[in-house]
Amino acid sequence: MVSLILISIGILFNLLGCIGIIRLPDTYNRLQAATKAVTLGCCSILLGVVFHFGLSDAGTKALIAIPILFFGSTVAAHALIRGTYHFGIKLGEKSVKDDYKDAVK
Amino acid sequence: MSTWLNILLYVQIGLSGICMYRIIRGPTIPDRMVGADIFGILVVGVCAIISIQTEKSFILDIGIAWIILSFIGTLTLAKYLTGKKLNE
Repeated sequence: MVSLILISIGILFNLLGCIGIIRLPDTYNRLQAATKAVTLGCCSILLGVVFHFGLSDAGTKALIAIPILFFGSTVAAHALIRGTYHFGIKLGEKSVKDDYKDAVK
Repeated sequence: MSTWLNILLYVQIGLSGICMYRIIRGPTIPDRMVGADIFGILVVGVCAIISIQTEKSFILDIGIAWIILSFIGTLTLAKYLTGKKLNE
């Protein structure tokens, strides 16, 4: 029962992240909304798998997958957004502040 | 329990379809890459739910391998984006 609650919470987070990936106006906004919400949502789903299986082989595999997912996806998103900025994509019209511009050149 | 888990599985697959929409309709190249990155994370959730439904543990192996391949692929695409500016 705990596993079902955790999986439901995770899918709610995933739903919010995917609404963000549809609705937000800018590449940077889309990435920062979707990465955080979807990473935490999938970590919650894997934690639900751990609670369902206990500490058997499947539960241990899910427990190992959580830090890999957490660090891997965040590092990949950071590298992707840095590459996007260097590629020359402009910020949206409603953006008011760009601190990274001074740090690049 | 199984019915509710089925509904959650279909919702998760539908969210992957939303990411496919962003991959197809992205205005620029980095938008498509963002869609592919988020798609790679969502598939791990699908693998986890299927492993609960079928009570098999090897599907989680597929999930872990998918995480690592998605990580390497996104890093490669980001390097491609950065390196193109240096060549210009």
